[in-house]
Amino acid sequence: MNRLQQKLNDKKENLLTIYFTAGYPELNDTGTIVKELEAAGTDIIEIGMPFSDPVADGPTIQASSLKALHNGMSIKVLLEQLKAIKSEVNIPILLMGYINPIWKYGVEKFMADCEAAGVSGLILPDIPLDEFKTDYEVLYKKHHLSSVFLVTPQTSDERICAYDEACTGFIYMVSSASTTGANKTVDTEKQVAYYNRVKSLNLKNPTQIGFNIKDKASFERACRYANGGIIGSAFIKKLSEEGDLKVKVREFVAGIQ
Amino acid sequence: MNENNNNAQPQHPPFRGMGGNWGVDSNGYYGEFGGAFIPEMLQPNVDALKACYKEIINSYEFKQEFIDLLKNYVGRPSPLYFAKRLSERYGAKIYLKREDLNHTGSHKVNNTIGQILLAKKMGKSRIIAETGAGQHGVATATVCALMNLECVVYMGATDIERQMPNVKRMEMLGAKVVPAESGNKTLKDATNEALRDWINNPEDTYYLIGSVVGPHPYPEIVAKFQSVVSEEIGWQLDEQIGRTAPDYIIACVGGGSNAAGVFYHYLDDTNVKLIGVEASGMGIHTNETAASMACGDVGFIHGSKTLLMQDDDGQITEPYSISAGLDYPGIGPLHSHLFKTGRATYIDATDREALDAAYLLTKIEGIIPALESAHALAALEKIQFKPNDVVVVNISGRGDKDMDTYINELEKSQ
Ligand SMILES: Cc1ncc(COP(=O)(O)O)c(C=O)c1O
Repeated sequence: MNRLQQKLNDKKENLLTIYFTAGYPELNDTGTIVKELEAAGTDIIEIGMPFSDPVADGPTIQASSLKALHNGMSIKVLLEQLKAIKSEVNIPILLMGYINPIWKYGVEKFMADCEAAGVSGLILPDIPLDEFKTDYEVLYKKHHLSSVFLVTPQTSDERICAYDEACTGFIYMVSSASTTGANKTVDTEKQVAYYNRVKSLNLKNPTQIGFNIKDKASFERACRYANGGIIGSAFIKKLSEEGDLKVKVREFVAGIQ
Repeated sequence: MNENNNNAQPQHPPFRGMGGNWGVDSNGYYGEFGGAFIPEMLQPNVDALKACYKEIINSYEFKQEFIDLLKNYVGRPSPLYFAKRLSERYGAKIYLKREDLNHTGSHKVNNTIGQILLAKKMGKSRIIAETGAGQHGVATATVCALMNLECVVYMGATDIERQMPNVKRMEMLGAKVVPAESGNKTLKDATNEALRDWINNPEDTYYLIGSVVGPHPYPEIVAKFQSVVSEEIGWQLDEQIGRTAPDYIIACVGGGSNAAGVFYHYLDDTNVKLIGVEASGMGIHTNETAASMACGDVGFIHGSKTLLMQDDDGQITEPYSISAGLDYPGIGPLHSHLFKTGRATYIDATDREALDAAYLLTKIEGIIPALESAHALAALEKIQFKPNDVVVVNISGRGDKDMDTYINELEKSQ
């Protein structure tokens, strides 16, 4: 069992996952943010590997990605940073990213280096499930990496179940049809119907709800329908404010739990 | 195609299959390129399209509507014109396929007519598109006006400035033009914004993509709709010189849709040399270029595995070309496959070479081509022809939208 699977085994509700973009606000903030998030009581950390063309992201994460790239962040730099703090932290770390930089780095080398850096799992949204099964699944297994898949309100029951079959981490429920951080008004009735639909499928993996989870209220609401919630853009916004990095991280987490 | 000898109209049904070796496979790949590398947020929409497009576009009703609109609305067939003075200059028999004479001024309308009919059959009420030069945007806004559908066009802020006449045309046609402010603010960035829009509007919206790029099945759909161009060349050449195939076909390549259309029916005929011309901006050895094949390697862009320009960390490079329609860091997967297998040859033309070719055509044939098409013409300087070679150059669009650039560059050089 990797750290993620251990965590999911031990804790079944109110799981708090926090996302940040590697290399933001400054190139060498990764270690500090990870340690502070862990100390503040976050359950899981998701680190976004910045990409020049983040099609699934809204303005906040687009901006943090651009800044991170200007700061000099790359997969290589990130994995070195994580390796350096590996023995100092216990919190499960997931990496999320677009496929192109990973392909350029070398898929197999990437997976091996992730394992060496203590990474527990990967979220690679632009790998289709069929390709995952033929080309990627064996590598995840070989390097003890958990797979996490996204589902949306438009995903059919059949596809959700297919993702659940292939999944070895959790199912990432995208809360509504949107890019990250979109402040869209949602039809709550429809949303609840979607959450209940997923629940009724009795998936073998735990679920977490992400996209538009931004504060205590929305986190608690997510936890009513899933095993936990994932916060991204709201945390990035907090990081972009003035102030001491450690204090900002602690304040943010304290405000959620 | 000999049976068409005396007919002014093509008798072929559209969309004969692409040559056996060159069509997309059941997984959406051209050789090792293509596929659909998209997040789950886009998957249901792309799956819906995949599930129904074949049946719709192969239906009798669809073909009738498509053929009728191409003929009576677009003005097809477009002429195949023997360019006498150009031929004398280059020592070959040069024919120009006049896509510039289509309604809205470029080949882009062949595709938008097809896709708007598809969108209607799928019951979609809102159309989104990306545009570079604005030609695809105008062609999309036009068919949306025709079909009474809401239209939103994403266009890079840089391109909005350099192709202003097209922005005004789109607005007059009732489309909303939304500037893309990320990256170099060009075609790549407009495509990112269109994909984001689609993620946010998964139910009523149809993404009307403008080239043979994007996730499967878009490259195949767009190539099929553009294939009408090579369909016509077959019988037009036959009528004029009694042979159905030229020795060379030359087209510019941005995403690759006009090239795909003009190559399509000749892919299996290896006697026909297929030449794609990329825009190399200031030159392939500078950072100011858009030559994805000369300067790129394998990667993923806008849902497709293909050749693209990227740095050592896999970040996509900002391209540059004077021509907004060719200013894209990737290339459709069909072209990556044709390049890799050697079936087609890809060369490049710089800003300067394209401008010179445009001024030349204007002077000696009285045709002002689009800056994009000027890149195809620039290739004539680079190929050693034999006197009897029959060469077809695709004039993908007209130069009206580029008049500011042409005038400014002329004044600069005086
Ligand atoms: C006249 C013209 N030709 C060519 C292109 C390039 O596109 P493609 O390579 O898809 O034909 C464009 C795109 O805007 C265009 O407007």
